[in-house]
Amino acid sequence: MSDFFSSPEFNEAWEIFKTQFPTAIWETVYVTVISTFFAIVIGLPLGVLLVTGEKGGIRPIPSPLLKLINWVINILRSVPFLILMILVIPLTRAIIGTSIGTTACIVPLTIAAFPFAARLAESSLREVSPSTLEMAQSMGASPFKIITKVLIPESIPSLISNATIAITTVLGYSAMSGIIGGGGLGKIAINYGYYRYKYLVMIIAVILLILIVQLFQSVGTLLAKKTDKRLKKA
Amino acid sequence: MIEIKNVTKVFKTKDSTVEALSDVNITIPDGDVFGIIGLSGAGKSTLVRCINMLERPTSGSVEIDGTDLCTLSQKELRRIRSNVTMIFQGFNLLSQKNCLKNVCFPLELSGVKRAAARKRAQELLELVGLADKAKSYPSQLSGGQQQRVAIARALATDPKILLCDEATSALDPTTTNSILELIADINKKLGITVVVITHQMNVVERICKHVAIIHEGRVAEQGEVTQIFAAPSSDAAKQLVYPDGISGITQGAAENEHIVRVVFNGANAARIPLIAQLAVQKGIYANIAHASTKSIGEKAYGSMILSIGGGKNALTQTLDYMNSIPDIIAQEVNGNE
Repeated sequence: MSDFFSSPEFNEAWEIFKTQFPTAIWETVYVTVISTFFAIVIGLPLGVLLVTGEKGGIRPIPSPLLKLINWVINILRSVPFLILMILVIPLTRAIIGTSIGTTACIVPLTIAAFPFAARLAESSLREVSPSTLEMAQSMGASPFKIITKVLIPESIPSLISNATIAITTVLGYSAMSGIIGGGGLGKIAINYGYYRYKYLVMIIAVILLILIVQLFQSVGTLLAKKTDKRLKKA
Repeated sequence: MIEIKNVTKVFKTKDSTVEALSDVNITIPDGDVFGIIGLSGAGKSTLVRCINMLERPTSGSVEIDGTDLCTLSQKELRRIRSNVTMIFQGFNLLSQKNCLKNVCFPLELSGVKRAAARKRAQELLELVGLADKAKSYPSQLSGGQQQRVAIARALATDPKILLCDEATSALDPTTTNSILELIADINKKLGITVVVITHQMNVVERICKHVAIIHEGRVAEQGEVTQIFAAPSSDAAKQLVYPDGISGITQGAAENEHIVRVVFNGANAARIPLIAQLAVQKGIYANIAHASTKSIGEKAYGSMILSIGGGKNALTQTLDYMNSIPDIIAQEVNGNE
């Protein structure tokens, strides 16, 4: 064992770890959190629209429009992230000014994640029972009030759980963005592990990714449980 | 006053149409406790939803104090709904909000300031006997307590009409009674018109003044509860009052025999040997023609059909004796239709 820690491979990896990993961890967390945030900002209203807009919902929208939204979500979800990243390069350039770098990754990540977030939000919101919505209607609540005072508040714990799923998925995607010049742990894993055969560096990067996922998941689960008043016992 | 006139409601599905209500006419006077009773699928839930326009009738009109609700826009209806509130079988409390905030909900919707809303909500929780549960969440309450919170919530906006959709169907008999007492109390104290939807006979017998029996989307019979239950004339009413049939009993009655229906609404009858006392104290010998009662704790629920010999005099004495016992209602049954 002591042989391993004094080996040149280890020393080299340790050197890389000290110089490159703090930035890489920061880049990964930054890009993941920002992209998930935008994905939720776009996805949650879409999820609301999918639930409230359907026939018999609290505010039906024309069915061709609803079909179109479903169609776009399904298409975006079907495109592999690797290909999506390349497809949206012109858009990224238009928004960020460049298609290379950590910040540039936010665009493809958001586009890949918001349809997923919309589906997750949809499933959370569907957990609110129709009779609870009927109650709100019987009290004279407008569709907007039903959304803001009943539909979303009643599904907060589930929305938090699903946001946790979204953020860990985005984290996984962000590792892939190393390929198009995005920063972070994914870039290190690919550059050192895949291109230079420094497996030890790659393994450290993967372990760190696992730890970050664990951290996000634990915090998410804890928050979801804490906010869920249905779990309160007499 | 609620006037339901010629209301028909048709549900269309892809390959069939269902007429849930056909030509329903009911008038509910102010301050009444009006029961709408029927078996599952009779259309009573649809009917009550027509009163606050959660379901719009296909044809006909629903008027509240002269305003035809069918002609109102969604926005106008929302204003009416703070005046016609509703409680449900499943209570439908907001699970993520505590009791106080649940009661505040309709007040918030009608734009009452937060502090005033909280004050009012606390008063209402006191009224329903749950002042100490203001900070509790629905998951921490029993079914009966949840329904009390729902009642407090329904009263928050000072409604004129309270609709109860199977409000006690999910509760045990003892809790059912306490909730019914509360509803009756609210009707008396606040003068609110109450419409009670139920499939349970004892609910109607217990609190309603008038009743309409709904059968297959039509009103089979309506009128005063005591009259309808003493002498049901429609088949649907008879089926509800005498689930096992009555004609055999009344037809078999002798010349000077009278048939009496005794209803137990939680009387302490389990402790009183009713029939024996009738014999010992009054010298009247009753024959039990039919009985369907059950005791829960020390309280008796259900009904019994007695045939009383000894002519008119014995009948009057029996009715007087039985009706003097709390929570027992006795009526003569007219079997000759």
